[in-house]
Amino acid sequence: MNHLLIAPIVLPALVAPFITMVTRHHMDLTRIFSLAASVLLVVITLTLGWQAADGTVQVYELGDWQAPFGIVLVLDRLSAMMIVLTAILALVVNLYAVGSGWDARGRNFHALFQFQLMGIQGAFLTGDAFNLFVFFEVLLIASYGLMIHGGGAKRFQAGVQYVVYNLLGSTLFLFALGTIYAVTGTLNMADLAVKVAEISPDNTALLRVGAIMLLLVFAIKAALLPLHFWLPASYANAPAPVAALFAIMTKVGAYAILRFYTLIFGPEVQATEGLAGDWLLPAALFTLGAGAVGVLGARDIGRLIAFGAIASMGTLLTAVALFTPQAAAAALYYAVHSTFAAALLFLIADMIIERRGDSIAPNAPMAQNGLISAVFFVAAIALAGMPPLSGFIGKLLVMDAARDHDLGWTIWAVILGGSLVTILGLARAGTLIFWKSYDADTAAPDDDQDNTAEPPRPAALPFVAIFMLVGGLAALTLFAGPMNDYAVATAEQLFNPVGYLETVLGGATK
Amino acid sequence: MELLVASAVGILTAAGIYLILRLRTFPVILGLSLLTYAVNVFLFATGRLAVGAPPVLNKYQEVAYADPLPQALVLTAIVISFGMTAVVVMIALGAYLSSKTDKINMTDDHTAGDDA
Repeated sequence: MNHLLIAPIVLPALVAPFITMVTRHHMDLTRIFSLAASVLLVVITLTLGWQAADGTVQVYELGDWQAPFGIVLVLDRLSAMMIVLTAILALVVNLYAVGSGWDARGRNFHALFQFQLMGIQGAFLTGDAFNLFVFFEVLLIASYGLMIHGGGAKRFQAGVQYVVYNLLGSTLFLFALGTIYAVTGTLNMADLAVKVAEISPDNTALLRVGAIMLLLVFAIKAALLPLHFWLPASYANAPAPVAALFAIMTKVGAYAILRFYTLIFGPEVQATEGLAGDWLLPAALFTLGAGAVGVLGARDIGRLIAFGAIASMGTLLTAVALFTPQAAAAALYYAVHSTFAAALLFLIADMIIERRGDSIAPNAPMAQNGLISAVFFVAAIALAGMPPLSGFIGKLLVMDAARDHDLGWTIWAVILGGSLVTILGLARAGTLIFWKSYDADTAAPDDDQDNTAEPPRPAALPFVAIFMLVGGLAALTLFAGPMNDYAVATAEQLFNPVGYLETVLGGATK
Repeated sequence: MELLVASAVGILTAAGIYLILRLRTFPVILGLSLLTYAVNVFLFATGRLAVGAPPVLNKYQEVAYADPLPQALVLTAIVISFGMTAVVVMIALGAYLSSKTDKINMTDDHTAGDDA
């Protein structure tokens, strides 16, 4: 067994209590340990990603219990891709939190941050459905703390909504798992795949109920349309670095849908045939539309970007809902892009809110207007999916994958229309924020050299974080070919899970 | 016994959902607790109901045994829901003390039309 496989979970799990107990009263030490852990996590996940890139599936049996009896962690291409993405995003967000001083506005930011990472990495790595629930709870309970970090009446109220909504989701998750266990008698994902495939198509009412309840749970996480209500208020009121980190949380939902509905309730499984795709596709298209309209109608920056995130989740889930290898590859490419783009916009929004308040309306000019407006422009292009950045390539891949589908033209129309409305909304916001200042003399977009003379605080680190994300988007665009090759290989592995099943269950047959 | 357990789960769930729809923090937290009780009983029943059965296999004789896995799942679920209830109580208290209202709805003090 490769013990490195559990390191992405153990490392944050050890660092978080260490930070809480030992370095609690030393902000600098806390920051050093937290950042060092984030860097180490990137190194570990990149190593794991490199190991998984050749298509081998690795299994880590916890306590050396064989697969259907004990809990296993499984590393395949999809898991590897998601943990690398999480680690990179976490490093950037951590840098921003330190640089902007957000981590000092309340207690225990870094400890909660590490616990959150532990939950997310665990959710991506686990090969057991109940263990997935446990890691969901770990990441959620940390996110509750992070969500209300810094306090304030409005943030607390949004926090209560967020917690109640997610507690309901957790309860539903348990009901779904209970139903599935009652039918199949197992909760190991690979074992479930084998058992579900053997169930006769005549006797599947309970299983279908369980599968749909699971889909609902993941749809809550992924902010699919009728279940997206928690997202705008939560993201808009969460501290900016936390909102940026939450950009990966919706992807946890998309990942779980992709994993469960290719591995267990796959397209060729008779018992649950057509269950996910039929519901998911229209809901995803409506999500895309609602997100785009929300972008156009938002009155403050936080909500603008929250709806932008919903729109990008709509695009992502549209690709997922097609359930073809090509569409899944497009979805994976787009997932990486939309994580970076949404996180980048949340961080930029924080800089804007710090300097001029959060309403999208003319206001006094702010420091570093030119620089911030430039990165906002880049991020908006990326989020809306305009050339030349990776959002364009991602949407192109999604649309190409939808070409042969029955609803192909509808999907094209919604994606293109949604993009247009998103562009309009972002252009409106950008114009109002950056150009319509009261004092016309200092508001020109190209005089940033003068304005940088007296920024509100000496903060270079936030810009480092932001330019790392911009660099990530640029890299995703420049290396779209290799990236797409990896996504295609990942999708092939997903839709042909023989290797996964053999590796996980191989121990039992020995 | 099946009828008793099933109706208990149903009634707990119905009462929980009713309380959650009240949109005040105290009833909502009570409703969430009722829902977690319901789900605990439900999980317990997923291993099939058995009375007086040994919890594990007996290697000396063939006996029917109660499925131990749901019991482990229920234990985990109880611990998690207990912790979550504590967290939601604290956050609700914080929200109540800072905003002087126990409403969960945020639309009242918001400009109409910006929360789709």
